[in-house]
Amino acid sequence: MAEAGSGHSPLEQFQIKEIIPLKLGGVDVSFTNSALAMTVAVVLVSCFLIFSMRRGALVPGRWQVLAELSYEFIANMIRDNVGQEGRRYFPFIFALFMFIFAGNLIGMIPYSFTYTSHLAVTFGMAAVVFIGVTIIGIVKHGVKFFGFFLPHGVPWFLAWLIIPIEILSYLSRPVSLSLRLFANMTAGHTMMKVFAGFIFVLGAAGLAPLVMVVALTGLEIIIAFLQAYVFAILTCVYLNDAIHLH
Amino acid sequence: MAGVMNDRKPPPSLDDLDAKLRNAKARRESPQEMPDPASIGAGLGFALRVGIELVAALAIGVGIGWLLDYWLETSPLMLVVFFFLGSAAGFLNVYRAVSGYGYAAGYSLGEDERPSSSQEEPPSQDGKGSG
Repeated sequence: MAEAGSGHSPLEQFQIKEIIPLKLGGVDVSFTNSALAMTVAVVLVSCFLIFSMRRGALVPGRWQVLAELSYEFIANMIRDNVGQEGRRYFPFIFALFMFIFAGNLIGMIPYSFTYTSHLAVTFGMAAVVFIGVTIIGIVKHGVKFFGFFLPHGVPWFLAWLIIPIEILSYLSRPVSLSLRLFANMTAGHTMMKVFAGFIFVLGAAGLAPLVMVVALTGLEIIIAFLQAYVFAILTCVYLNDAIHLH
Repeated sequence: MAGVMNDRKPPPSLDDLDAKLRNAKARRESPQEMPDPASIGAGLGFALRVGIELVAALAIGVGIGWLLDYWLETSPLMLVVFFFLGSAAGFLNVYRAVSGYGYAAGYSLGEDERPSSSQEEPPSQDGKGSG
């Protein structure tokens, strides 16, 4: 990699570049390529939902079917995993899913930026989910929420060991939630770049990595959906744990 | 000439035939043995998930232990204690992920009793689901 120069590193795609440098009270709030990708994602999702549902026809057109499908997908997910009480959290989970999914898909466009490949972004979302779910649990159940950390049927002489383990297990949720999305996106995109780099280096034999890259692109699109789905369904599961204490 | 050659040639041994057969079989079966990308993705995803669950809990444990050490000035006692607690939590997470508790990483005892739609049924208190 060294002689190839830093410009051809497979990790170069993850670099954050300032587009509009901006300082606000000593804090760097520059508009970066990551922020641009997020803005594009929000605008795209909003336009998709607004324009496809503008007519609201009884017999839906193609775009309307897509919008209704995505609505029903999340609505069913919440109903199956959380139940009726989860309905009021629909907007949050829907927004979360669409934001991650759009970000993953935008990352599939060459020369664009995958904001979900940054731990700061994924951990930010996971922390919001984690703190929000914990607050919901405490508000709904009060002190009983902390009974969450002592499973039924644990003998008293093991409680001192089980409770810290359960608390650590609970605290590891946002970490694993954010790491999963981040690792999947980063690993996948790096792998694609590495294989794509082989194409020209190998000359005529570069056909093999080319085929591989085509296959990987398909796999990455599956992963883009799968990871957005996993993030949303885990949010539902955590929400369910907080709303219905066991 | 050709006839002579044919006469001299010993009949192929069973081992040869066996090898040929295996080669042919391997050639025929190799395209079918390739799993489709979706299943590779699912398998990879699961492997990654298990690894991440393990590492995440360990990292949290080590992080808390290190911070406690820093705060209480008991280095390295808390780090060691929380390293083991964190790895236990990691194994707990992996166990829950693998043993079909879905994605729930927290405590999930009543999972059997409320499979999908858990409306208003009272949470049953028996510990059957701890399996």
